[in-house]
Formats: sequence, C-alpha cells, structure tokens
Amino acid sequence: MFSEANVELLKNIVQHDLLKAFGETLYMTFFPTILAFVIGLPLGVLLVTGDENGIHPLPRWFMTLLNTLINILRSVPFLILVVVVLPVSKLLVGTTVGSKAFSIPLAIAAFPFIARLVETSIREVDQGVIEAAQAMGATPFQIIRKVLIPESMPSLVSNFVVVLITIFGYGAMAGILGAGGIGSIAINYGYYRRRELVMYVTVVALIILVQEFQSVGNYVVKKTDKRIR
Amino acid sequence: MIELKNVTKDFGTGENQVHALKDISLTVEDGEIFGIIGLSGAGKSTLVRCINLLERPTSGTVTVNGKELTALPQRELLRERRSIGMIFQGFNLLEQRSVLQNICFPMELAGVNKADARKRAKELLDVVDLPDKAKAYPSQLSGGQKQRVAIARTLASDPKVLLCDEATSALDPKTTRSILALLKKLNQELGVTVVVITHEMRVVEQICNRVAILDHGEIQEVGPVSEVFSNPRSEAGRRLVLPDEEKIHVLPENRLVRLVFNGVSATEPIIATLASEQGIKLNIISADTRSIGEKTFGNMILGLPLDETEAARALIYLREINGVTAEEVTDYVQ
Repeated sequence: MFSEANVELLKNIVQHDLLKAFGETLYMTFFPTILAFVIGLPLGVLLVTGDENGIHPLPRWFMTLLNTLINILRSVPFLILVVVVLPVSKLLVGTTVGSKAFSIPLAIAAFPFIARLVETSIREVDQGVIEAAQAMGATPFQIIRKVLIPESMPSLVSNFVVVLITIFGYGAMAGILGAGGIGSIAINYGYYRRRELVMYVTVVALIILVQEFQSVGNYVVKKTDKRIR
Repeated sequence: MIELKNVTKDFGTGENQVHALKDISLTVEDGEIFGIIGLSGAGKSTLVRCINLLERPTSGTVTVNGKELTALPQRELLRERRSIGMIFQGFNLLEQRSVLQNICFPMELAGVNKADARKRAKELLDVVDLPDKAKAYPSQLSGGQKQRVAIARTLASDPKVLLCDEATSALDPKTTRSILALLKKLNQELGVTVVVITHEMRVVEQICNRVAILDHGEIQEVGPVSEVFSNPRSEAGRRLVLPDEEKIHVLPENRLVRLVFNGVSATEPIIATLASEQGIKLNIISADTRSIGEKTFGNMILGLPLDETEAARALIYLREINGVTAEEVTDYVQ
C-alpha cells in the first residue's frame, strides 16, 4: 500500500485535485441543502398548520395529496432518483456532470426529507404557547413567523445538520455517477484503480468534515437555545 | 360585561359525541371578579375558551364589551381578542424569548413600534413586581415569576377582561396567594374584569365577588361567594363545599347536626358558650371553617348528646344564633 508509486500518486492528488474536490464537495453539500430548505421548510410548516387541528386547517384532500407526494418522493432510492432527475439538470444548468448538475437532484432528494423533519420540529412547539398567541389575536401567519419557527429554532438547526450530513453522504455517493468532489476521488482511485492509500486518505478527510459539521451544528444549537442555561 | 346566552359546545359526532357545555347562560358585570368552580371534567376550560372563542360554541351567543363575538368575522374577532387577556395554568411563555421580549409580544402583534413597546414592557414589569428580570429567560424563573410575566404580557394590550384558566393550580399556596393578590390589585386599580376558572375553593374565597358552580357542563348555581359557599343549594355545590360525609364514623345512636357558618362573627365562641352556659357538651365530628375578613364561613358536623332533652335544647340554642344555620343530618352513610 505504501509503495513509492502509491505515495507519489497520493502526493499528486493532494497537490492538484484535493482542494478542488473539497470545494466541489462543500458546494454539493451546502447549495442543495439550502435550496432544499427553501422548499422543505414551508412545506413542513404547512404539514402542521394545515392539519385538521392546526392553526389554519386546509382541505383534507389537499393535505392527503401533499402527504402522499412527500412519501412517494421519499421512497425512491437516491441513486435512482438522480438518474430520473438528471435530465432536469440538463434543462436547468445545461449539463449532467459535475457538482452543479448534481445539486438539483440532491435538492430534490432532500426537500421531502426536510419537510418531514421540519414537521416534527414544529410539532414540538407547546400547544399552550400557540393557544396563548391565538388568545392575543395573532393571525396564523404571525403565529408561524413569531411563534412556531423561533420556538423550534434549536430543533430546526439540529435537523439542518442532520440534512447537511445526509446530503454530504449522498454527494459522495453521486461520485459514482460523475458528480465530482471527494467522493469521486475515493471511487475512481480507491475502488476502480485499487489504490487503497488514496481511498483511506479521502475517507479520513470525509470523517473530519462530518465531525466539523456536527460540532459547529451543536455549538449553534447551544447558542440558539434559551431553555438550558 | 361578558354575556353568554344559551351557549352549548359539543365535541365529536355520532356515538362519540360529548356535550361539554349544555345551554349555559351567564352574565359577568364590569369590574367584577367572577369565579367559575367545578371538578375536573366539568367543562370549565371549555367554558372559558368559549368566552374568547378559542373554542367556537356549537350554538348560542357570546358578547364581550358590547361586541357579539360569535357574529364577528375572523379578522375583527382577532382584533377584539386583544382586549381580552388570558393567563394559563402552564404560563405559556415563549421559551426562546427573554422576559422583556415576551411582554413586547402582544404589542408586536398589534404593530406598536419597538421603542414604545419596550418602554411599556418595562413599566409593566414594575406593575408585576419583577423590575430586575427583563433580560432573564423563562427557564430561569420560578412558577410564580413566570405567571407574573404572563400577567404583564397580557396587560400589554390593555385588556378590559382578564380570563384566568387555572392560573394558580401549578403554584404552591404561598405563591398562589401572592398571584391572587396581584389579580385583585389589577382589578381594583385598573378596573379589569376578571374571570377565574378553578377547582380550588380557596382561590374563589380569596378574590371572587360572585361564583358559578359548573358540573357536567351545566351551571348548577350562581351567586355571591359567601352565599353559595356557606349554603350551597345544588347537589354539585354541596359535594364541592361540604366535607365528604361518607368518611364520618360515629356511634349510630348519635344524632348529628350540621352547622353552617354564614358569616357569624369569628370571635364568637359558640360551642364553648353552649358548654359553659347550658352545660351541654357537643362532640365535634368534623369541621371545615375559615375566616373571610372578620366573619366565619364553612360548616361543622356536631354529634348531639344522647340525652333527648339536651339534644333538643342544643338544637334550639344553635338555631337562634345569627349567621348560623343548623340542620339535622340524616343523609350520611356509615
């Protein structure tokens, strides 16, 4: 494993490709996660507020449709979803390779997941607090903006980290289909060319990244949560 | 003024339908502290939620401050709710906001500018006696302090009416008294009409002018507190006010008399006088009396002497005292 050729290859990769791959991986993690939150957050809120006992009940058929759609999207395995959705990337960003192209399917894979996570976070908000806001004459929109989201913020942030790490994993998986990033290096050198040293180094890099995401996330959660002091 | 007319509230449909409130009509006058008392499951919380329409009655009308809330469109109802404050058993403060931000919350909803809101919030903290807690978060406060913040928050929108849903049930007796004293002060100084929902007689005794007894979704009786509590007329009222007679163990030959104290002077030693002046000794089986102001309220169960003539004399003596009603008890179960 530590033969001269292998070490030489590793040096080469570290010098030329690693930084770029890092950039691609970060791009492919953050951009789809944020995009998916933009869609998933309102959907998750809607799943709670539009409920029969929610603050603004919506027609039952609509809620059933919404729930079914989210479940369908969540039941398609990620790699298959990517293949199905890649033509959309071609349409939107003009290509089906690279981190930009894969951000679209990643976001589509993540938003139903986020909608469900946001739903559970929002449901944690004490019913009594919502009732108090209603008693003060708050409109449903005011309750969402000033009660539901701020009160569940710590939980939302920690779910954001969960999604971030999941998307990060998906992004590495997408390396197999030509998404670029650290995942691609691991697959191309470590798996196809059997250069284990390169693979192990990239694995360590991936681990360090995930640890960082998690500790930054935990720190932010602690800072936002005013309940534990 | 709060006026409920023929209010009913049903939950569920078909076989599972529950009639939580049955034809409730009730008037609470301006400036009054009105108690609604009942055991759990009586429909108290549903009733108070029907006043600000957090629960919409199945039928009947609700009028508060001259506006018929049940007839208002949603938008106007939300505006009217600002003049109806509400505090809860669980305090329901926003956990992620500081005390000051919590008090600013209703003003934020109403679109008051930030500087004015903060200024008003600080004044209100003085009113509820927590001037140094502005920057604290709810998790750092005790139950009593949380309820004070909740009161300050509800006062921020200058309510004419304050609804208290078991507001002291989660507090210890001492804190309960101080919160009740605060409510009384607000009633007297700001003229806020207060509606108190509770299962505790002590709460009603301490601050209410009038009380309604609610049982199985129906109002059993309404009247001044001293009247209802000293001489309950309804079955539910007796159950609530009088002690549990099933627990009384006496010799079967003892005749029993229930003495209802209806505001007799607290310093008058009735039993002792009977013993020293008439030489009749009564056996105190149970007593549940308390002093409100200078007067005694409550009731006592006494065992009469076995001697028939002594028993009769004792009854005559007791019946002659002002502010006391004496009646023989025949309905207790051993």
